[in-house]
Amino acid sequence: MPFALLLGGALAHADQASVPDTLQQRIAACTSCHGLHGEGSSGSGFSPRLAGKPAGYLALQLQNFQRGLRQYAPMEYIARSLTPDYMHEIAEYFAAQQVPYERRPVPALAPSMLQRGEQLVTSGDPARQIPPCQACHGKQLTGTEPSVPGLAGLPYDYISAQLGSWRAGTRASAAPDCMAQIAGRLAPADITAVSAWLAGRQVPADTHPQPAGSITPPLRCGVLQAHGDGA
Amino acid sequence: MKRLLWIPAVLLVIVLAGGWWLSRQPRQLPAQAEDPVIAAKLKDPEVIAQGRYLATVGDCVSCHTLRGGQSFAGGRMLPTPFGSIPAPNITPDAETGIGDWSFQDFWRALHDGMGRNGEPLYPAFSYTSFTKVDRDDAIAIFAYLRSLRPTHQPNAAPTLRFPYNLRSTLTAWRAVYFKAGTYRPDASQSASWNRGAYLVQGLGHCNECHAARGAWGGLEASATLSGGRIPEQGWYAPDLSTQANGGLTGWSRQDIIAVLKTGQASKGVAVGPMADVVAGSTQYLREDDLQAIADYLLSLPARAAQAPTRANFNAQSLISRGNVVYGERCEKCHGKNGAGIAGVYPPLDGNASVVEPTGINATRVVLLGGFSPLTAGNARPYSMPPYAQQLSDGDVAAVVTYIRQAWSNHAAAVQERDVAAYRHTPID
Repeated sequence: MPFALLLGGALAHADQASVPDTLQQRIAACTSCHGLHGEGSSGSGFSPRLAGKPAGYLALQLQNFQRGLRQYAPMEYIARSLTPDYMHEIAEYFAAQQVPYERRPVPALAPSMLQRGEQLVTSGDPARQIPPCQACHGKQLTGTEPSVPGLAGLPYDYISAQLGSWRAGTRASAAPDCMAQIAGRLAPADITAVSAWLAGRQVPADTHPQPAGSITPPLRCGVLQAHGDGA
Repeated sequence: MKRLLWIPAVLLVIVLAGGWWLSRQPRQLPAQAEDPVIAAKLKDPEVIAQGRYLATVGDCVSCHTLRGGQSFAGGRMLPTPFGSIPAPNITPDAETGIGDWSFQDFWRALHDGMGRNGEPLYPAFSYTSFTKVDRDDAIAIFAYLRSLRPTHQPNAAPTLRFPYNLRSTLTAWRAVYFKAGTYRPDASQSASWNRGAYLVQGLGHCNECHAARGAWGGLEASATLSGGRIPEQGWYAPDLSTQANGGLTGWSRQDIIAVLKTGQASKGVAVGPMADVVAGSTQYLREDDLQAIADYLLSLPARAAQAPTRANFNAQSLISRGNVVYGERCEKCHGKNGAGIAGVYPPLDGNASVVEPTGINATRVVLLGGFSPLTAGNARPYSMPPYAQQLSDGDVAAVVTYIRQAWSNHAAAVQERDVAAYRHTPID
């Protein structure tokens, strides 16, 4: 036991006992921004809610930060040394949290913009080969096990920033990267519209993700390891 | 300014001389048949296993792997003050890797810093240290690399600025900073000490970070393991002397072994690039090699005392502000007395990363937070919140200055503008 060898110093064992031997205590680096239960930052909304998201999705995001597919310096630094086992343990912790959603400010948009947002979420834009968000993120937009995150209850700032990152290449996922393709087909005004409509929507009573295998992805997605028909 | 004027003239001479020198060199070496004795060793499973261990000691994979990419297939751009240099593919792919290389080619690279076509290699490849690796160890490493699955991945080109993009400038650089050689055992020291010195000075290439570099990126010969800024990465690799005025003053044999094995010791934890070195390399070292490294490091001499730095412009108001921030953000884990909690949270009093000369490490740790290195001996480490989003540059400067001057610490103050610079330093 290497630890035992380190304890001979000036510190009393009583001090040690005061540090809880829990995962929650160990992951202060995560909870200081995302909240003790993964409820998300109450401020800007750029530190998203993690609570209740599928564990596979959360572990994959840590891996993507580690590999540099997702770029955000603090997350890249925190994830850089994590082992797959520890990533999964942390992901399971946040996936299991059930905490109420907090309402965050949504910009006031013209009704026509919100209509466009709703259209993109529920029926997509076939002319521009944009599938509806619901096709993968679930009928209630609460995500799909094991690796599609829910969109319900996400803040406007976070959704629009992520879609922008996908367009700019600072967020990516395993190839073929279907979300990068979709974000590339969205006009800047579409990003505002879809983010505002999603963020303004009432969170459903049951926020659990849909079961695995309940969706047929319209695009080929590396992250889903499934083959859709179109592209 | 005036004293810099000689640089262009000297560079011109170097470029011309280098060009002339290179024109005398054969441009392409013919592929050589492998010496039969060496060829047999390259296939020996025991030699390959030994090579795997040695490649881990040298942490070859950390530079020769693109983040998220195939191990040893190269592609990682190594930042230097002169531009970026890609680490090449060292898998046995014939076209893009070292599949066509003979051991002699490998030896010339490792020992002489010369490429397969007779070109001098950029010293981002630490042949200034690797030249001390002995021939049998080099054969084992080559055997291991040859046993890997070939990955076809073409090498990128360096993005060096003029005149550093001319290979010929290297000829002059080498004349000043590089001398091919072997490790010469010191008969007055134990076998273990000599093993430690061999690993630290050679394959471990510790001095490549833990020593100051001159204006031309060369290591000063007198600066063995006495600490230095890591160019472009924005970290400081501390002095490794455990004796008076050393960066690790007071560290015991057990502390050295613990930090290399688990990433943490009673005196502090490995942070920044050293956390990666522990996770990827030193945690796998055999016990006898860790003891040997400790033997050698414990023998590094005492350092000259530095002038006291306490008397500083408006440091007093900075310290008062830092004391408040410390109480709000840090004290719960690191303690009012800066002693930390053994095995959980590192002490800040006497911590090498806190009191190193520049303040870079403490500043970046406050900004970035993060986990201690994940090792077999510490698989579920505790972590520290990143404060980049929560504290202003002024608050970070204040709290870092406070911890650098509290308790028994006597390091220089850190200013707001220093924090602003490191807030946006890329992490890879």
